[in-house]
Amino acid sequence: MAGARGLALKRPSAIPGFGLALGFTLTYLSLIVLIPLAALAIKAASLGFSGFWDIVTAPRTLAALRLSFVISLIAAAINVVFGVVVAWVLVRYRFPGRRLLDAIVDLPFALPTAVAGIALTAIYAPNGWIGGLLDPFGVKIAYTPLGIGIALVFIGLPFVVRTVQPVLEDFEREIEEGAASLGANRRQTIFRVMLPALLPAILTGFVLAFARAVGEYGSVIFIAGNIPFVSEIAPLLIVIRLEEFSHAQATAIAAAMLGIAFVVILLINLIQAWQRRRFGT
Amino acid sequence: MSDAALGVDVVTEDRARSVTTERRPVRIALILIAVAFLTVFLLLPLFAVFSEALRAGFSGYWQAISEPDAVAAMKLTLLVAAIAVPANLVFGLAASWAIAKFEFPGKSLLNTLIDLPFSVSPVISGLVYVLLFGLQGYFGPHLQSQGIQIIFAVPGIVLATIFVTFPFVARELVPLMQEQGTQDEEAALSLGASGLKTFLLVTLPNVKWALLYGVILCNARAMGEFGAVSVVSGHIRGKTNTMPLHVEILYNEYNFAAAFAVASLLALLALVTLVVKIALEWRYADQIAGSNRH
Repeated sequence: MAGARGLALKRPSAIPGFGLALGFTLTYLSLIVLIPLAALAIKAASLGFSGFWDIVTAPRTLAALRLSFVISLIAAAINVVFGVVVAWVLVRYRFPGRRLLDAIVDLPFALPTAVAGIALTAIYAPNGWIGGLLDPFGVKIAYTPLGIGIALVFIGLPFVVRTVQPVLEDFEREIEEGAASLGANRRQTIFRVMLPALLPAILTGFVLAFARAVGEYGSVIFIAGNIPFVSEIAPLLIVIRLEEFSHAQATAIAAAMLGIAFVVILLINLIQAWQRRRFGT
Repeated sequence: MSDAALGVDVVTEDRARSVTTERRPVRIALILIAVAFLTVFLLLPLFAVFSEALRAGFSGYWQAISEPDAVAAMKLTLLVAAIAVPANLVFGLAASWAIAKFEFPGKSLLNTLIDLPFSVSPVISGLVYVLLFGLQGYFGPHLQSQGIQIIFAVPGIVLATIFVTFPFVARELVPLMQEQGTQDEEAALSLGASGLKTFLLVTLPNVKWALLYGVILCNARAMGEFGAVSVVSGHIRGKTNTMPLHVEILYNEYNFAAAFAVASLLALLALVTLVVKIALEWRYADQIAGSNRH
């Protein structure tokens, strides 16, 4: 019976267990991920468009959303610059400590966000190692939007490094030699031959770092100061609304965040597809 | 090296090499930038955790990690990971078996949906369960009348943790099993092995290192998750506080040394995770799918 139904669903195969494996997969996926996310969509829809719009365009919500998206974009851009340099150095150069450096890049994936949050705050607070150096000059990092940026750079870095690194490793030296033999100097080879080829990977890393940064909570809330209209990120506002038992508000902000993030990611995927067609990689 | 003494040779050698690499000063500058950036942004925070943790001395450290609320938090963290990781492990095996060994319509959609939890903010991952099971939630009133509590209780913490660690095992296994194809299994089956025996004796050994790799990463995230768990936990000391939440409470009470002491245990877990991960990458690179450098 299961076999007969299986044949209709899938291409014939000698291997057993399709019904069981796919059945379990779909049930588990639905229970854990799809139904809960559907609850969010249903709740958001039940607010009606004007209800949704009123919450999302309230000054405090708008400020939080703007802060989250703008700082995430800036942090992802910083990660692109330094992430590409780090990937380049790790792939192209040999120097003592290289493997340790390579290993440490994954730290933000492994270190719990709350731990990163309090550690960064300790460093950048006015009495901290780096905060203390800058404090005499009137530069404050912790408890300002600058601190949020630092936390988002921390958590986003591995995304850029780990997407660019394998592409750079596979980059054929012959292409560089070809460019050089045709008279390009090193700068021209890098900026006009190599970087365009690396661009899809760099953009992917940018999107991943950005998407992670927009939703980030644990590493940010300790260092941010969390002042409404100044340093209050959107995920924190969701938590605040939940603590006020305002499910409608929390849901609307969450839906807006997911919606905007989805559009941004879609846009960048389109750019990437266009890029791929143009360069044929 | 004295360039002047070696003269022409060095110039030609340098020119030959310069075709595929940068000039020495540029190389050194880039290495220094990378080292400085990683030191300030990654190593310094890690170092800060341990340095702050030991500020109150070893006795203060021991006191912070052995007081009853801290121990309760550790137990809860272990319990949550002990449920969430095996659950996602079984799911990862089922999903990769279905996706890698069979052709069926909607496969790439399924693959995309599995990664979905990675693109959802942790806070939203917790929120969705509050909307379902909270007192004002869709099933909340019904569950309350049955005396079942999910939100602000351990089941909610487990669910939120499963959600955020959902893709870890599957995303390691699916590409590897796709790469390995179905020949091994077909051979075993044609020689008379049962389906279960084939899975246990042929498929599982083929993917064991990738499986361990996924489990290690899944476990690190499960034990360290903060945002999603924070939303559903209710922060009841000694009852619904995991280790990361306990760190937050201590920190917000200005008990910094104790907060960093508990945090240092989580940082140790992160270091162990990194070491095992790297060991697996070096030793079994060919048996872990090539696409898994996130």
